[in-house]
Amino acid sequence: MADLFTVEDLHLSLPDMTRKPLLGAAPRIEILKGLSFTLPRGQILGIVGGSGSGKSTLGRAMVRLLEPTGGRILFDGQDITHLDEPTLRPLRRRFQMIFQDPMSSLNPRHRVGQIIAAPLSLHGFDNTKAKMLDALDHVGLPRTFAARFPHELSGGQRQRVGIARAIALRPEFILADEIVSGLDVSSQAQVLNLLESLVKELGLTLAFISHDLSVIRRLCSRVLVLHQGLIVESAATADVFNAPKAAYTRDLLDAIPLPDPDQVWA
Amino acid sequence: MSYLVIKGLSARLKGIGVPILRDVSLSVNAGEVHGLVGESGAGKSMIGKAVLGILPTSIEITKGVIELDGIDLLSLPPNERRRRIGASAALIPQDPLTALNPSRRIGPQITDRLVDILHWPRARAEARALDLLAEVQIPDPARVMRSYPHELSGGMRQRILIASAFAAEPKLIVADEPTTALDVTVQKQILKLIADMQARHGTALLFVTHDLGVVSKVCGSLSVLYGGMVVERTPIREFFRSPAHSYSRALLAATPKYTDPDASLTPVPEAVISAVQAEVAAFDRVLQGAHHG
Repeated sequence: MADLFTVEDLHLSLPDMTRKPLLGAAPRIEILKGLSFTLPRGQILGIVGGSGSGKSTLGRAMVRLLEPTGGRILFDGQDITHLDEPTLRPLRRRFQMIFQDPMSSLNPRHRVGQIIAAPLSLHGFDNTKAKMLDALDHVGLPRTFAARFPHELSGGQRQRVGIARAIALRPEFILADEIVSGLDVSSQAQVLNLLESLVKELGLTLAFISHDLSVIRRLCSRVLVLHQGLIVESAATADVFNAPKAAYTRDLLDAIPLPDPDQVWA
Repeated sequence: MSYLVIKGLSARLKGIGVPILRDVSLSVNAGEVHGLVGESGAGKSMIGKAVLGILPTSIEITKGVIELDGIDLLSLPPNERRRRIGASAALIPQDPLTALNPSRRIGPQITDRLVDILHWPRARAEARALDLLAEVQIPDPARVMRSYPHELSGGMRQRILIASAFAAEPKLIVADEPTTALDVTVQKQILKLIADMQARHGTALLFVTHDLGVVSKVCGSLSVLYGGMVVERTPIREFFRSPAHSYSRALLAATPKYTDPDASLTPVPEAVISAVQAEVAAFDRVLQGAHHG
């Protein structure tokens, strides 16, 4: 199977505005310090790490919301590292993103139907209404929800709208950045189950960013563990959990509070 | 004797009268940690807020008793009530960034309460703040006292709020999701710190969280809430060994566990939700009957 993404020696630095002198350029902080990996089609890749490890920055570079400062990103064989926006535009339909906080990523003044249909018309699809309703079906929301506003929905339902908006374009790749961290366990379970079945049904490739290893284990086939901008471990999910190689991965695993009062928490 | 006793506490939204808390009873002894667990909207934070007298103005307490150290808070005049709560209870809030004033240095934010409300001399309050910052393992407390919140990491800020909560030696602390904003390795340090401090100071702790993993690490007992009603109140080991209520069991089944690769997360089944909703409705009918009868 071909690799959908090939990432080679990816570097990304951003200006540190908190240390910018009054005159002159701000010093740059290196956030990604040379990452290399491939993501085969149809896989679910988990990206974990503590806050500040660069996991969201990596995701945003992959969907080219950020431009890397070094290295290469190939999407389906095409180098997208430094493409400009007009050239990227037709590609954007093929890689979509689901955001962490559905309340702030859905326009509160638009109805669910408009929210899902907007990227469809932007990318020049016809039959946007039918495609929008189809997306609602896919995420298990009643079609009547098209007329509702985001504030009328629960957290789990809002996140389904976010998913519907992403899959409506029939993308090949979806980046999900901490999409269940704001949800209750029950809605979290529903959203994860939904995502898993959509990946199978629509033949998606998924990068799933999370700080929660329990969720990663449930969903992903491979895991990248990031620490301070470097990949400290990259392996099949079972290996990461059964025989973690990096000390940082072990720390992360040990820090998870299991729902079990007998767990020794040294 | 229980330091905090809540009996039959009910609260509702003013005006439309939507019930927020339904006949909640629980008690916490000195040196004990009691967890309040439930999904969002279950009313777990509202109990903590009611105890501290910081309920949103749109919510009114309709009946019940909140006793701190044997004194019924709700029967006191507002000024007296505030003084009592201020002197004996404190809050560890959820989000350490919004809880600290971004434009003021850390030092005065810890000492203000000691100086303004408890009338400590400033020098004594500052000495106390330095001791506490050392106790919560902050390196170079003197420098941190002079820092602004944005110069510190999330974990550091949460440590400061913990120090600040313990500053006036409160008998009761309400911790409202204190680690939700932190990543797991920091969460572990903070939970251990809260447990250490609580044990050392013999504080009664009411711990609000949605995370059953966290509960199992810090609490001695817990109340599971649904729709503002306590559906189960039990010692912690009992709860994880054999949860009594079907809703508690469903909540446990929905909680991910990385050690169990085959466990598929099961959302709380519709049947369980309708059953617990029926319980809540039945309770409301009894209540209405009592009103009219």
